[in-house]
Amino acid sequence: MNSAFIISLLQGLLGTVILSILTFIFGGILGFLIALARISPVAVISRGTGVYIEILQGMPLLVLMGLCFYGPGIFGYDSLSPLQAATFALTLYSSAYLGEIWRGCLQSVAKPQWEAAECLGIGRWHRMRHVILPQALRIATPPTVGFMVQIIKNTSIASLVVGYAELSYNAKIINNSTFQPFLYFGIAALMYFAVCYPLSVQSRVLERKLNVANR
Amino acid sequence: MSPIVELKDVRKSFGNLEILKGVSFEVNRGEVAAIIGQSGSGKSTALRCMDRLETIQGGSMVICGHRLEDAKIDLKALRRDVGIVFQSYNLFPHLTVAENVMLAPRLVKAVSRAEARTVAEAVIAKVGLHEKLEAYPEQLSGGQQQRVAIARSLAMEPKLMLFDEVTSALDPQLTGEVLKVMEQLATEGMTMILVTHEMGFARKVADRVIYMRDGKVHEAGSSDILRTPSTPELAEFISEASEH
Repeated sequence: MNSAFIISLLQGLLGTVILSILTFIFGGILGFLIALARISPVAVISRGTGVYIEILQGMPLLVLMGLCFYGPGIFGYDSLSPLQAATFALTLYSSAYLGEIWRGCLQSVAKPQWEAAECLGIGRWHRMRHVILPQALRIATPPTVGFMVQIIKNTSIASLVVGYAELSYNAKIINNSTFQPFLYFGIAALMYFAVCYPLSVQSRVLERKLNVANR
Repeated sequence: MSPIVELKDVRKSFGNLEILKGVSFEVNRGEVAAIIGQSGSGKSTALRCMDRLETIQGGSMVICGHRLEDAKIDLKALRRDVGIVFQSYNLFPHLTVAENVMLAPRLVKAVSRAEARTVAEAVIAKVGLHEKLEAYPEQLSGGQQQRVAIARSLAMEPKLMLFDEVTSALDPQLTGEVLKVMEQLATEGMTMILVTHEMGFARKVADRVIYMRDGKVHEAGSSDILRTPSTPELAEFISEASEH
């Protein structure tokens, strides 16, 4: 085992973490807006976002990433950098899934809760902010963290299309010169686990904590 | 005295199913009106229309001066004037009793936290739950939760209170404590409309009884009509209700 290779893998891990965090932030913001649009009383908005979700969920992430990377060039614009293209594709991808997950969580807060707040004269935004979101948050935690773990692993697809130097990409490069796939892909797998496992544990802790506040 | 609630030939359908087939009645300020009738007679729908949880499709309805058939109605103003309590309490489970009651005054009337707290403590004491201020809804019995729901509405100082079968989900012991609170409100002069199955309570507290049948007011009058009904249908309904 060569220490330079381990450093390369750690650099790859950093790349994975950066891409994941960017995806959580942008995908989370866009996904939240999608969830709100999905439950909008205006039919054009809710149906429109429905179509957006259908298209993105029906497309393999690999293809989406290819479109984001090569697409701008085809139309004569400057190409995006690998990180930009990967972030863009993963943001669209995760916004569709998170939007749908969170829509379900918002709607699973019973309708009478909306009505009770409405009858007290509480406006739509305040109703969302003070009555619905706090209840939806608790329901949303486990599936959201589950999806975050998937995103971390799915960043590896960036290695296949856009050539962004994340963990899988660096493991592949090292393997090409060492022919020790078991060793280096094994270490990469452990690194993925080291990032994802604490997230899952944290999710359970958070769930319990929110439950206490909700007694 | 001019009526605070005025329904004229109100109609409402869900799809092809006509629920309200021309309902008319009036309720004056300070009166307690009990709407009775079989399930499916449209009494809950009529009540929900009064708070515009459902929109009416025909006729006219004036509640505390608000025209409900008006598409540009000021819903916020309507709901400041009208409080409603539901069968299923619908308290906010993530908030304490005090917070449940304080939420609407703080958000809608924009009063300070301290002021909202003072109001909340007063109305919660009124329903006899001052020792439960910091409890969460699920730590309370059904009757207690329903009393908190009443307090939550009262905190907005409504001119009219609507009660939609508020004791139907409670067992008999708990029903009594909720009815006691409602009776107290009635003696204080609150205008109230209640959809109820509690014939004894209607007889005792209601100034006006409205018997609905098949989407229409079949018989209406003072609570005397519960003793001496003039239509055979109401007589039959009363005898059926007293068997339970």
